[in-house]
Amino acid sequence: MSEYIIKNGHVFDPTQGIKGDKKDIAVKDGKIVDKVGSSAKVIDAAGKTVMAGALEVHAHVAGPKVNAGRWYRPEDKHFDSHKKPGITRIEGGKSIPTVFKTGYEYARLGFTFAMEAAMPPLYARHVHEEIHDTPIIDEAALPVFGNNWFILEYLKNHEVENTAAYIAWILRQTKGYGVKCVNPGGTEAWAWGLNCLTIHDPVPYFEITPAEIIKGLIEANEYLGLPHSMHLHQNDLGNPGNYKTTIDSLKLAEGIKATNNFGREQVLHSTHLQFHAYKGTNWGDFESGAKEVMDYVNKQKNLTIDTGNVTLDETTTMTADGPFEHHLHGLNHLKWFNVDVELETAAGIVPFIYDPNNAVFASQWAVGLEIALYAKDPMRCFITTDHPNAGPFTRYPRVYSWLMSKKVRDERLNSFKKADKVISATNLANMDREISLYELAAMTRAGPAKCLGLSKDYGGLKPGMNADIAIYNINPDKFPSSGPEIEKAFANVAYLFKSGKICVEGGKVVDMGHKETFWVDAKVKENKQVMHDVREKFLRYYSVNEANYPVPESYAPHQHIISVDATKA
Amino acid sequence: MPKEVTDVICPFCGTLCDDLIVSVSDDNKTILGVKNACAIGAEKFNHQRQPGRVKRPRMRQADGSYKEITYDEAIDWTAKMLVKSRKTLMYGWASTSCQAMSIGHEIAEKCGAIVDNCATVCHGSSLIAIEDVGVPSCTLGEVKNRADRVVFWGCNPAHAHPRHMSRYSIFPRGFFTVKGHKGRKIYCVDCRYTDTAKCADEFIQVQQGFDYELLNAFRTAARGEALPDTVGGVPKEKIYEIVEDLKQARFGIIFFGMGLTHTMGRNHNIDIAINLTRDMNDFTKFAIMAMRGHWNVTGSGQVLGWQYGFPYAVDVSRRDQARHQTGETTSVDLLNRNEVEACFYIATDPGAHFPVDAMISSSRKPTVTIDPHINCTTEISDIHIPVALVGVEVGGCAYRMDNVPIETRKVVDPPEGVLTDEELLTRINKRVDELMAKGGA
Repeated sequence: MSEYIIKNGHVFDPTQGIKGDKKDIAVKDGKIVDKVGSSAKVIDAAGKTVMAGALEVHAHVAGPKVNAGRWYRPEDKHFDSHKKPGITRIEGGKSIPTVFKTGYEYARLGFTFAMEAAMPPLYARHVHEEIHDTPIIDEAALPVFGNNWFILEYLKNHEVENTAAYIAWILRQTKGYGVKCVNPGGTEAWAWGLNCLTIHDPVPYFEITPAEIIKGLIEANEYLGLPHSMHLHQNDLGNPGNYKTTIDSLKLAEGIKATNNFGREQVLHSTHLQFHAYKGTNWGDFESGAKEVMDYVNKQKNLTIDTGNVTLDETTTMTADGPFEHHLHGLNHLKWFNVDVELETAAGIVPFIYDPNNAVFASQWAVGLEIALYAKDPMRCFITTDHPNAGPFTRYPRVYSWLMSKKVRDERLNSFKKADKVISATNLANMDREISLYELAAMTRAGPAKCLGLSKDYGGLKPGMNADIAIYNINPDKFPSSGPEIEKAFANVAYLFKSGKICVEGGKVVDMGHKETFWVDAKVKENKQVMHDVREKFLRYYSVNEANYPVPESYAPHQHIISVDATKA
Repeated sequence: MPKEVTDVICPFCGTLCDDLIVSVSDDNKTILGVKNACAIGAEKFNHQRQPGRVKRPRMRQADGSYKEITYDEAIDWTAKMLVKSRKTLMYGWASTSCQAMSIGHEIAEKCGAIVDNCATVCHGSSLIAIEDVGVPSCTLGEVKNRADRVVFWGCNPAHAHPRHMSRYSIFPRGFFTVKGHKGRKIYCVDCRYTDTAKCADEFIQVQQGFDYELLNAFRTAARGEALPDTVGGVPKEKIYEIVEDLKQARFGIIFFGMGLTHTMGRNHNIDIAINLTRDMNDFTKFAIMAMRGHWNVTGSGQVLGWQYGFPYAVDVSRRDQARHQTGETTSVDLLNRNEVEACFYIATDPGAHFPVDAMISSSRKPTVTIDPHINCTTEISDIHIPVALVGVEVGGCAYRMDNVPIETRKVVDPPEGVLTDEELLTRINKRVDELMAKGGA
């Protein structure tokens, strides 16, 4: 494999505390090394910013609901859907891009890893078929557990060991990465057209509460010592006044310590927090609850969060929170897609237009930015758009511009049609903080890598780590001052190295790299009870046979298996 | 000793039963018996050992007879046809695997083609309706475990999806449906008294062509508004009675088929059926599902979806953009307007299902058909390339009518020397590359 030396770039790497110093980065055999021979190809990065490849901690990029969104929204292909220069296939879609476009766009933005945030186990084969076809970036997927009958039955009696054994079994069947929990209990209730809006609402028939599910899943996750923590989408998403339920949910992690060999410190990752940080009692007196929620997050060291920034675009909302999508459809009356998945979960989809002229949407925009700006530890707060729910991931450069420049963000804030209302309902106008390039590297590289248990290889530029490197046309000494300039610089990397190969050059895709699918193989003690329950549920309640449930090896030809031994737990 | 292969997936319809047991001869060459399958599914396996099966590509001669050629010759001819044609119709895909489709799409994008599947003459109208209004649906296991009201509208699973009723919709006992059939109320709405109607608790005979009106009346009744004395031949008292009963459901489901998609109104029928389902969710939980017929047609829609963003009739002939417009990029319309320069058919038999005029247009173009068997289409093709039976002689992914994917199983070896779809398409793709590198056909 070729050797490279990236010379004279301004390096930002929180894993080594490098804050923009000029430093050479050497690459050999897919890894970052101390030095390379004189024949190494020189990349001149003078006047440019060098960071590790970015990691997406939460996005909906592959699987049944993403694809339903694609094909039931032909109109999404009206925007920016054509083949681009380079060795690419046809690219299609704006808020829900095709798999080809997804891979290329992430690479052009400087990303080398993406986590598919919700995989229904029954549809795992579909998720992996899409991951297989997504070029360049490494990917993994989180199976959903928060409404799974096995989990509800085990946790009703607080059987953590059985819960853990079942999780380990599912991770192996689905080639899954960790434990995702969406609207715990609420989605099972949705199978009867109901919901759980607080963490104490009992789940119909199963007689368990969301609080018990959340706590039990955190404990099972730590019992197994998985690389990632429990990944939670709380109850009561998107409703005024929900910040209390959010804090109640986060409090369930108090006193639990991370147990793992991956350097992960959090026991709970709370996702798209913007949607969960609202005060008020209705959309009329709606206010930002970002401060209250972030005050709590800042002092609880065993939590990480991602933002879920609203980008003010036309987009496509999709979530395993089935009742929420039905509710949303009642608000905007756009086309509603729903699928309930036997024994496991559900999903809903509704197109959505975050119109900046609407005070609520503009306030949501402000809440998302406040969350990031209130975060004291950038290693625990990651930037996402909950793609495509709050906006497409391709808008990250614009989100960065709002976070990195008070001027750019105030221009946007003050030009809202209902600016006065937005300013009075939120705190953003009074916030002066500007995220630095170093903090950005923590929020998009080192932080998410640590949170996902991947910090050994990802998120930094230390020798020995993967040579996943993004070089941007940004001179930190002359940081661009206008929004469009910042956006342009982050939207098209000068170079993207993926595992030591140049995949993007000058914004143009030049190589498909060597994509890997990550999954976690957790070994547990033999558990006859769980295996008996699995047999029984497949014989009696599933519509597929147990033998046809696993994801075959061929679906992930380049798999990267992370092994965890929980037999001594 | 013959051996038994278990958990085999049936290669016939969109129900994708995955509990078949197939006994196979010692040498892995012959299927001896099939258990659990319906009559049609079992016949799919029996085809494998049918005498007279074509095992090598055939080329049509000037006198109309067919001459055996080698796979290499057939691949070369096909690749040249694809490269030369500026706009090829690549139609079918419903009986092959998703893995094979992916390779086909790559060829289409390189050569300039339209990729279409049999939704175009089947549930395409359902897909149009879903593009317009969405769809609240569920997996088949949800129906089995929860549904206590089941409506079959314009579909006849007793014939088209023979094990649907026993596996998912009428008879099975599920978690919340411990009484099985007795705990469910079954409605059948059709213009004929079908064999499915015989299984229903209530048969509602709708006047032919009045499905839209009757669905509209159901919506009206659900909102408590006034109805005329009869709608589509059904008295208003009956309509109110049924709607009140549906509101009492804990979990209701509507299954619909060609009786809605291909009668007057087409996509509008589906549109209003979906809207009725949506309305019912104001009262209780309700879902609706298309009875997708042809085995993996759903999978073709999925793969096209994630690669191009549309479920069928995808035109990539511009090579830099994918387009999809019913009436414009749909197979029958393209053929009727004589808009394509060559036809490439795989894993589906348009000759048996397309309108005659479309097939007359097709028969005048260079045509290649890839199919394990002789069918109506192979007989109007220049080349017929036989392949292994997917789901019998080779595995691969297929999607069930509720979009659940299942990796199918190989139970016997294909006849010696017969290629699989994937192998064949890979070789055609490679030959296309060689020809294009040389500057064309």
